[in-house]
Amino acid sequence: MAARLPSMLKDAGLTAFVAAALGIFVVGFRTVDIGRGLTFDYHLVDLAVAVVTIFFGRLGLSLAANGLRWPAMVLGAAMIAAGASPLQLPSGFLHWFVALGGVLLVIRGAWPWANDAMSAAARSPTGVVLGRAGAKWSGWLLLAAAVVMPFTPFGDQKTMDLGVLILTYVMLGWGLNIVVGLAGLLDLGYVAFYAVGAYSYALLSTHYGLGFWTVLPLAGMMAAAFGVMLGFPVLRLRGDYLAIVTLGFGEIIRLVLLNWFDLTNGPAGIGSIPGPTLFGAVFAETAPEGKETVWEMLGIPFSGIHRLIFLYYIILLLALITNLFTQRMRRLPVGRAWEALREDETACRALGINPTNTKLTAFAVGAMFAGFAGSFFAAKQRFISPESFVFIESAIILAIVVLGGMGSQIGVVLAAVLLIGLPEWFRDLGNYRMLTFGLAMVVIMVFRPRGLVAHREPSLRLHPAKPGGGR
Amino acid sequence: MAYFSQQLINAITLGAIYGLIAIGYTMVYGIIGMINFAHGEVFMIGAFISLIGFMICSMLGIGSAPVAILLVLLLAMAFSAVYGWAIERTAYRPLRGSFRLAPLISAIGVSIALQNYVQLVQGARPKPGGNVVSGGFNLFSADGFDVRITWLQIIIVVVTVVLMAGFTWLIARTSLGRRQRACEQDMKMAALLGVDVDRTISLTFVLGAALAAVAGMLFLMYYGVIDFFIGFLAGIKAFTAAVLGGIGSMPGAMLGGLLIGLIEVFWAAYFSSEYKDVAVFAILVLVLIFRPSGLLGKPEIEKV
Amino acid sequence: MNAPQGPPLIDVEHLTMRFGGLLAVDDVSFVARPHEITAIIGPNGAGKTTVFNCITGFYKPTIGRLTLRGGDRDYLLERMQGHEIGQRAKVARTFQNIRLFPGMTVLENLMVAQHNKLMHASGWSVFGLLGLRRYRKAEEEGVELARGWLERIALIDDADRPAGELPYGAQRRLEIARAMCTEPRLLCLDEPAAGLNPHESAALNQLLVSIRDRDGVGVLLIEHDMSVVMNISDHVVVLDYGRKIAEGPPAEVQRDPAVIRAYLGTDDEAVDG
Repeated sequence: MAARLPSMLKDAGLTAFVAAALGIFVVGFRTVDIGRGLTFDYHLVDLAVAVVTIFFGRLGLSLAANGLRWPAMVLGAAMIAAGASPLQLPSGFLHWFVALGGVLLVIRGAWPWANDAMSAAARSPTGVVLGRAGAKWSGWLLLAAAVVMPFTPFGDQKTMDLGVLILTYVMLGWGLNIVVGLAGLLDLGYVAFYAVGAYSYALLSTHYGLGFWTVLPLAGMMAAAFGVMLGFPVLRLRGDYLAIVTLGFGEIIRLVLLNWFDLTNGPAGIGSIPGPTLFGAVFAETAPEGKETVWEMLGIPFSGIHRLIFLYYIILLLALITNLFTQRMRRLPVGRAWEALREDETACRALGINPTNTKLTAFAVGAMFAGFAGSFFAAKQRFISPESFVFIESAIILAIVVLGGMGSQIGVVLAAVLLIGLPEWFRDLGNYRMLTFGLAMVVIMVFRPRGLVAHREPSLRLHPAKPGGGR
Repeated sequence: MAYFSQQLINAITLGAIYGLIAIGYTMVYGIIGMINFAHGEVFMIGAFISLIGFMICSMLGIGSAPVAILLVLLLAMAFSAVYGWAIERTAYRPLRGSFRLAPLISAIGVSIALQNYVQLVQGARPKPGGNVVSGGFNLFSADGFDVRITWLQIIIVVVTVVLMAGFTWLIARTSLGRRQRACEQDMKMAALLGVDVDRTISLTFVLGAALAAVAGMLFLMYYGVIDFFIGFLAGIKAFTAAVLGGIGSMPGAMLGGLLIGLIEVFWAAYFSSEYKDVAVFAILVLVLIFRPSGLLGKPEIEKV
Repeated sequence: MNAPQGPPLIDVEHLTMRFGGLLAVDDVSFVARPHEITAIIGPNGAGKTTVFNCITGFYKPTIGRLTLRGGDRDYLLERMQGHEIGQRAKVARTFQNIRLFPGMTVLENLMVAQHNKLMHASGWSVFGLLGLRRYRKAEEEGVELARGWLERIALIDDADRPAGELPYGAQRRLEIARAMCTEPRLLCLDEPAAGLNPHESAALNQLLVSIRDRDGVGVLLIEHDMSVVMNISDHVVVLDYGRKIAEGPPAEVQRDPAVIRAYLGTDDEAVDG
């Protein structure tokens, strides 16, 4: 151990040095506006503190990596204490930075023990049974929880809003999962189809008075048509190139929406979009001519939250349809061809499978579900503008699919809850949200590239699955 | 004719900046077959470091423009290079054996993280600065229109040409360049022959980042204002340039940069300024569909 | 085998493949007959895999006509797109570096091979989505076909394992079975014995002979392993530097001086087999 300490220190020193080099100008010399120009707001002390933290953090990680877990955890505890203490650090952020670094160290130190304990538990008889049951029933449990949520004490405005948001991303994730997870096509412009669905509903309802339920299938078809149009010329491109081209398409569509005033009203967007109706009854306090309100129809007293509950169940239904469809398709030749295409396109061609048609189907189907989701989004928000359809949305949906574990349905749900739900809870973090988001993407790829749920359930079995953990 | 000439001058200037960024994309793609999605953000950071550099220069009382430019140039190149190195080391190298999409997704994460990092520490508002060089002269007049070329434009083109020449020499003549080319062609073989592949790849990222930093400095000086988001758009356009010229080819990157500059400026000048970006994206799509190997690249034959 | 000369299954005429300045295949013509095993042999770099890639649609020949005689009509392979050759002309192939679908199970690999048949039966997924009897029946039949092959290659117990987990020899057998599940007329095998030990090679021989006899399929194979070539081939084509230097029954080709020169060279060098 003594022999390795100098190299650990050197390594930590190097890391700290790099951190200092990275931060010295960008962090140390903060530019602020003063009337006619800029001046500096120096944060060199902040930087110094951060660099020192990084030094100790790296040292702790090296200690843990070399088996010296207790020293690592002690160091971590010291950092937490320093962060939590009333010691005057130059900024509040630094307190968190130091403390979080300490937490990470403690986790890293304790990780091998925790990991061993978890593996042992998983291998024990009860563990195996629970594991299998969990895999089988967790989906149903989540569904049940989702269905009854509005009627539980959790069903308040804030939670319901969050629920609708998460479900929207779950649906988008399931839709993109078909393209990226099953067929292995990296689509960075998925938000374009979302936009097509949203604008379809917005325009058709405000100009022609068509209702939500009428437009829903139309929006899906429009989006699918765009999927075919965009996909046809580009689907023979290799992975990275396909990604960039789809990104380009996404941007083109956004720019067109932004600049084609006559059609889309440009950056001002489209407002006063009617919401969905329940058998013709509207969700408004007073009904327009010739229509009745939902409360009049059902004979119940008015409550503002009912509209939200209605929207919640709509998106839940739409998402479930997406899920069912995908499960079904996986068991059909087309779905299997998608997965085969992802595994090895050359072999597919040799087996007589037309790669272009197969990819187009995946693309179009994925686009269709984005179109449905977009329609719902417009009906929920009642106002849309090109602002909502920027590239970062495509990136978020992609992150959800990849984090979930490509192709895994339940993985997408977990990922959506983590990536959308948690940041919303910590909304006050403001700008740190997106920074953590980006870092999280990198960290996940480096440490767990296969995603949360790495297991793939085969689409059919010759022999029935054995319950005891065998094949 | 005069209007055309003016646009041409502007286009070449812009094209030079895109070309410098494009080289970074093309070198990285050539050696490890990956699109460095975060490269645009390195350009942006280079611009910010330049901004801060110029401010420090003026605070230190350095009045001479050439001295300030040289100092800022070196500063920006050096510190952006550290960013390039760090990104490769932490976000790409661990993923070298992983599945195809992993480095790309990681790169997207880095891009998002860097954008927000700069937004957080420097603020979201546009930052003015870099007005170190001004003035120019009229080339000629026609139709009541003065065709003017500024000193800055000359500097941009000269700097670009010098760097290009230096770079080409570096790749063609030095052992570093030889190692780089060897890795591009057959990495396993190069490793077996004793080339330090990791080092060579790191160096590729470092050089690309340095050039992007120069582009950032020139961008700052030319437009006079920067913000945390300039990397995204410039990055995609520079990537388009790299693809158009032929990915993996350095002369291709410069040629592509020039062409993209021309397309953007002339589209805005003669058709519509709002849709100029659409024009560039459309070029990207068209090139990838019809000639993915670009103008100067070699078509790839699939090995079965 | 001195069988009477029937019409060829595949007729390769003046096949030439040029890559820029490199002439990989130079005016090669040969035939392969149905119910026969035809081997293409030759030193490394002779152009064997290039010929394969032209036949199976991965390269477009520079010059040449590749006629596949199927049942009622002829197919000109040089004019067809890659996947059409598998789909319509019913030419199946395996690869030098095994290309299974490693994340999918053994059974799924065999089901993917029956894609076109099942797609048709599923009414392009509509019947399948509605869960109609017609599709379920077709899928059951597909599973039965797969089961039959799994028993022939002794992988029935591994049906639900991911294909990537199988040992090398098993993967090779699976790739062949997968190609056979497309119910082809012509089966093209690219070095099927590569990396197999003598025991596995013998089993491979048996499998190929049974494919020729039971399934009535023509087999075209590239091989270096002479025990495979000499023991089971009915017809041998020898390539060297992109040109055909001999064609005929194995015994005859073995004695051909041009062939001996190509393999042995003018010095004493190691010989295959």
